[in-house]
Amino acid sequence: MTNNLSPKERLAISRALMPAQDPVARSRNFKEVNLGLDEESAIKEAQRCLLCKSRNCVSGCPVGVSIPEFVGALAEGDLAKAATILQRDNALPAVCGRVCPQEAQCEAECLRGKKGESVAIGNLERFVADWALHHPQQLAPVETAKSRGKKVAVVGCGPAGLTVAGELIGKGHDITIFEALHDTGGVLRYGIPEFRLPKEIIDIEIDRLVARGVKIECNVIIGKTLTLDDLQKEFDAVFLGNGAGLPVLLGIPGENLNGVYAANEYLTRVNLMGAGQSEECTTPIVRGKRVAVIGAGNTAMDCVRTARRLGAEAAMIVYRREEAQMPARLEEVHHAKEEGVQFVMLASPLEIGGDTDDWVRWLRCQKMMLGEADASGRRRPVPVEGETILLDADVVINALGTSANPLLTATAPDLVLNRWGNITVDANAATSLPGVFAGGDIVRGGATVILAMGDGKRAAQSIDNYLKSS
Amino acid sequence: MFPVIKNDLIAPKLHRLVVSAPRVAVARKAGQFVIVRQGVGEERIPLTIGDADPQEGTITLFVQAIGTSTQKIVNTPAGGSLLDVAGPLGMPTEIKTWGRVACVGGGVGTAVLYPMAKALAAAGNEVTTIIGGRSKSIIILADELAAFSHDLRISTDDGSAGCKGFVTDSLGSLLVDEAVRPQAVLAVGPAGMMRAVAEQTRPYGIHTVVSLNPIMIDGTGMCGGCRVQIGDEIKFACVDGPEFDGHQVHFDGLVKRLAMYKAHEENCRLLAS
Ligand SMILES: Cc1cc2nc3c(=O)[nH]c(=O)nc-3n(C[C@H](O)[C@H](O)[C@H](O)COP(=O)(O)OP(=O)(O)OC[C@H]3O[C@@H](n4cnc5c(N)ncnc54)[C@H](O)[C@@H]3O)c2cc1C
Ligand SMILES: Cc1cc2nc3c(=O)[nH]c(=O)nc-3n(C[C@H](O)[C@H](O)[C@H](O)COP(=O)(O)OP(=O)(O)OC[C@H]3O[C@@H](n4cnc5c(N)ncnc54)[C@H](O)[C@@H]3O)c2cc1C
Ligand code: SF4
Ligand code: SF4
Ligand code: FES
Repeated sequence: MTNNLSPKERLAISRALMPAQDPVARSRNFKEVNLGLDEESAIKEAQRCLLCKSRNCVSGCPVGVSIPEFVGALAEGDLAKAATILQRDNALPAVCGRVCPQEAQCEAECLRGKKGESVAIGNLERFVADWALHHPQQLAPVETAKSRGKKVAVVGCGPAGLTVAGELIGKGHDITIFEALHDTGGVLRYGIPEFRLPKEIIDIEIDRLVARGVKIECNVIIGKTLTLDDLQKEFDAVFLGNGAGLPVLLGIPGENLNGVYAANEYLTRVNLMGAGQSEECTTPIVRGKRVAVIGAGNTAMDCVRTARRLGAEAAMIVYRREEAQMPARLEEVHHAKEEGVQFVMLASPLEIGGDTDDWVRWLRCQKMMLGEADASGRRRPVPVEGETILLDADVVINALGTSANPLLTATAPDLVLNRWGNITVDANAATSLPGVFAGGDIVRGGATVILAMGDGKRAAQSIDNYLKSS
Repeated sequence: MFPVIKNDLIAPKLHRLVVSAPRVAVARKAGQFVIVRQGVGEERIPLTIGDADPQEGTITLFVQAIGTSTQKIVNTPAGGSLLDVAGPLGMPTEIKTWGRVACVGGGVGTAVLYPMAKALAAAGNEVTTIIGGRSKSIIILADELAAFSHDLRISTDDGSAGCKGFVTDSLGSLLVDEAVRPQAVLAVGPAGMMRAVAEQTRPYGIHTVVSLNPIMIDGTGMCGGCRVQIGDEIKFACVDGPEFDGHQVHFDGLVKRLAMYKAHEENCRLLAS
């Protein structure tokens, strides 16, 4: 197939729609919502790309995926070539194609988006990556690098750690990942639900790394089982990618009532432990009838949609600003609406009330309105004096966010942190300790998968340089 | 995989398991716990590290079979294995030389108490150990505790061993007598017992430590599920505890949160039977 359409012909093609499960059916099951493009529509979508010389889209991608090249190869029908380009640039394309906030990154910069709809880069990335996962034999095997005799410890098996491991095993280093939980993937496994990111995809990606020689040891908590000091003695370099796993508390009365969850607990029970998903899982979860989720980011959307799937009749997003200001990916908001999620806007939680057995019964909120713009340009919510909103709820989930977990850093007194407890690094991802590098959420605070991976890529380069000189 | 080396029944429903977990055995200090998952699909549950042998690479767990997960764990025979053992977690017991220390244990709490009492005795404290339970058959570790205790007192509700009565009766007799009154008290057992001990020592202003047992998942401060109210603050028992100042603990909230999954657990038992 050739890709020699005229610009006019390209402009005439309209953006391919992502097929999805029926909203009513899917709001009660955990299967993936998006079904993926078929080959024909993926190729057609790829032909919409103008192959711009300016490569604006690439500048919008934190890891600089060669978008025109892989999309161009796809438009020619050369899937193997497209996959090879993509896998070279991005260690977890099947993940990023699904969870990147594309509308704020690559697709935001796409020239076609200036007048009309951008190329569906994320959907194409997903298509090519999924094809590659299922056709490994059609891809050139990854060459195993000659061993260089240096050992690197990676702390945390999330996207940052996995990226570092993949990059450095490719350069011939001996890599061991230490993970605190009993399973791999970090937030990809315990946070992001199956209906957005099937666990099978994480499993395949992990298997690929293990096949290339990466060792993974679960159930090892650095700071407890082993210290950073132990790692520095045993390894030539260390990467810290332990994420931002510490829930920010609401700090309002009633926070400790039964039925009040921090998002991490709620999602971990369901995603990591399988609560509510199968009869074989013994981990319990409270299935609320009326579930109020506080917050409006990706985490909040994941919680509220999970609540629907666990049987909630009313699943509500409670947010102190307005819909347009919600930080979640657009697609998540759109899907949540289709699935019957209610949006209670301009409401700021004041108090959670319970019954005599300490079970949640209601959530009382301060009514807000949007006032003056703050320094960031966003209009600040201010209270409407004397007006409150009372919501009946039997489960309340706090999805305000997470901050740096001090478990590891507290046992490494010489490691320099910022005032929020995040690890301070220089432009090369190096921490204040020699041979110790860091990246991902533990450096940035809760951010995105692709930013964590970008950090991992940069850190891997620095670690390689460091090992060459040491 | 963490091989089970030994599994002995030491009291009704209470097993002593010796488990191979070399890294935990080396790193562990008194008062810390592990999170155990017996097999695929099972819950992650916290269990105190009762003892450890760093040379052999083993840890000892005392497990009371009260529900689905603990039953699966005690059913794992020597030669079998536990799928996941992660730790050591939590803050170690604060080992200070107080002088006289009373260590009070109820039921399986006695097993949790054992390593702490041992460490306190090793630090030069005069340890009076008070353990109790419903009847003789559930009194555990008496010989092990007697080995380092200045005085070991046993109480049973039915009088089948030691004195008839509650551990708090025995503690009360220590508190009233200034000559033997402890400078610190450590209490581990059901929430009701720990609360009673804390109320007993409060008027004397005696430093009182309790070891809390809220429901946990990760044990690393990530999920927030183990939160307990201590004074005006919310703390995570898995990272800030599990030991806290007994005079500051809101026991009411703890007891109610422990009942959060009662209906679910009963459901599981029905399904299993
Ligand atoms: C519910 C939810 C939904 C999200 N949705 C999106 C989305 O749609 N798109 C997007 O781009 N981003 C999303 N994010 C954010 C994204 O998942 C994170 O930014 C990203 O996972 C950070 O990667 P990381 O590798 O730095 O850390 P993590 O993914 O947090 O991984 C850190 C790993 O380190 C382990 N660890 C922690 N402490 C220790 C220790 N002491 N010793 C050993 N191991 C340790 C943890 O168990 C974990 O496995 C979401 C986050 C959440 C919580
Ligand atoms: C830090 C810590 C250390 C512990 N050390 C030990 C130990 O050394 N030996 C030991 O036998 N147990 C110990 N426990 C308690 C043990 O974790 C629980 O007994 C176990 O989680 C119950 O699981 P299950 O599935 O068998 O019972 P479930 O079926 O889950 O519960 C049975 C009943 O116990 C209640 N329950 C649930 N979780 C707990 C809990 N964490 N504590 C008390 N009651 C609970 C339930 O509400 C239910 O009524 C410890 C707990 C903590 C937090
Ligand atoms: S990795 Fe994310 S930002 Fe980069 S091209 Fe892919 S979808 Fe876009
Ligand atoms: S900016 Fe858009 S149209 Fe241009 S190359 Fe990138 S994806 Fe294609
Ligand atoms: S068990 Fe999850 S924070 Fe303590």
